[in-house]
Amino acid sequence: MNAVVTQAGFLTSVQDLGRTGFRQFGVSTSGALDSFALRVANLLVGNDEGAAGFEITLGGLQLRFEDERIVAWCGGEFDVQIGSRALPAGHVAHLQAGDELKFGPAQVGCRCWLGISGGIDVPVVLGSRSTDLRANFGGFEGRALRDGDQLSLGELRQSETAAPAGISSWSAPHDWASPASRHPSLRFIRGVDWNRFNDVTIQRFTRHEFTVSADSDRMGVRFDGSELKREDETDLISEAVAPGTIQVPPSGKPILLLGDCQTIGGYPKIAHVITVDLGIAAQLRAGDGVRFSEVTLQDAHRLLMERERDLERFRIGLSLQRA
Amino acid sequence: MEIVPLGDSALVVRVREQFEDAPEATLDEVLRVFQLLQHADIPGVIELAPAYTSVAVFFDPIAVLKSNGAANGVFDELATRIQSAIIPASRRHRRRTVVSAPRLIEIPVCYDPEFGFDLDRVAEHTKLSERQIIDLHSTSEYRVACIGFVPGFTFLAGLPKNLATPRRDVPRKEIPAGSVGIGGAQTGIYPLRSPGGWNLIGRTPLQLFDPIKDPPTLLCPGDRVRFRAISREQFAAFAEGSQNDN
Repeated sequence: MNAVVTQAGFLTSVQDLGRTGFRQFGVSTSGALDSFALRVANLLVGNDEGAAGFEITLGGLQLRFEDERIVAWCGGEFDVQIGSRALPAGHVAHLQAGDELKFGPAQVGCRCWLGISGGIDVPVVLGSRSTDLRANFGGFEGRALRDGDQLSLGELRQSETAAPAGISSWSAPHDWASPASRHPSLRFIRGVDWNRFNDVTIQRFTRHEFTVSADSDRMGVRFDGSELKREDETDLISEAVAPGTIQVPPSGKPILLLGDCQTIGGYPKIAHVITVDLGIAAQLRAGDGVRFSEVTLQDAHRLLMERERDLERFRIGLSLQRA
Repeated sequence: MEIVPLGDSALVVRVREQFEDAPEATLDEVLRVFQLLQHADIPGVIELAPAYTSVAVFFDPIAVLKSNGAANGVFDELATRIQSAIIPASRRHRRRTVVSAPRLIEIPVCYDPEFGFDLDRVAEHTKLSERQIIDLHSTSEYRVACIGFVPGFTFLAGLPKNLATPRRDVPRKEIPAGSVGIGGAQTGIYPLRSPGGWNLIGRTPLQLFDPIKDPPTLLCPGDRVRFRAISREQFAAFAEGSQNDN
């Protein structure tokens, strides 16, 4: 059975947890820019964490379902309606055949991830169902959704059709379901080229607020504000970059790379946003003010491990509730 | 050799400091490390990516922590394992992993001005005739130093020095798939329609990236590459032939 796209919105694409194993061939990660949000949404609807869902940018998506499905979304602050009922972030809704789900414009943040029971049944390309929007493959026909698209959904498990009707009164933890902020702080660890910048520049980076520029996309967030000029202008040999890398081109305006970023780069890497904060980075929109604060690599790993343990507890809680 | 973090879920093994001094030896050494690490099966490692002087190692920190507790921290644990996977092999010269001889792949290129939009620009900069540019470009041998920028984009080392031409000041918004270009001291092939700032000198009818194939690229890091000049008629016949294959 299908989900029918009655309105595609600003930019909606099929994404899972991303594509790995083909970086040596220049293939980007793609995937949900906040993979944690998609994992939580998938768990809420009874899917495997890695099932394909929708990444919705700035809202406007309207979907009609041809059969009954369980849905949940996590991410920025959006008004989401099922008919006249509101579906808040992190809550679970049991939709009936013919129900329509509507995403209003983003109030805060800019993206959210919709999990649908059964997942979105698009072909696996290079090990993933994610859309590579730059190279135009994967996902639904290698592109963003358009009005009128019909996407086939995966088989439902029996336990899912027995779920209670309506919208759940409980939800996933607020920090997970709705992490967006207009003035977030992103934690980073030092990049390998940190020492190529002098003390004044480093102070600018760690003390000033940077404004998100309008020409940001799934490849990266571009910043306006203090310029981060380095002293030596020697060309660096290109090597790998990764989602989270903050590189500084000759303009001095830093770029925070996201999931669609290219696999290699030759600009100095001043820092890397830690994995647990990539979900906050995925919410940045033009005009937001961002500060950067340093943590150690050990802290980054500890925070990741703690979040993973919390998710494991949540997963167990969900399975007990369903039993 | 140094190992440096690339965020909390990747690191870079810098095999050499320079590339241009000795491109062949550097590439061989990078590929040797790449292959040793591929066979090392280090727990938690997800994938590897070689580039010029380095091999990047992408890993799942949770899997590293779960596999051994990593009392020394995830990074130190991995760095130790990587070093022991690489260094003993280089000490045991005679028993070290044999890196298979690189393949030689021939790429047909039509250097007609219809495809080589910037032949005149390269001619002006290099003070060579278009004929000389084509002869030089198509009689040299290159090696794939790196694949990146977009899927399947090959950065080739070995461009004759007198062909080097600075990138265009204003990049083109759209470059046709298969375009062969010169960007500074490098040459390369655009596998997909994409923006780009290199000087275009020709086009290949071959498909360099196909996501439904394994591997998805025609060329792999380390491959030897030669260009063979073809006419517009041969280009058309090639393009037709590959369409019929599909």
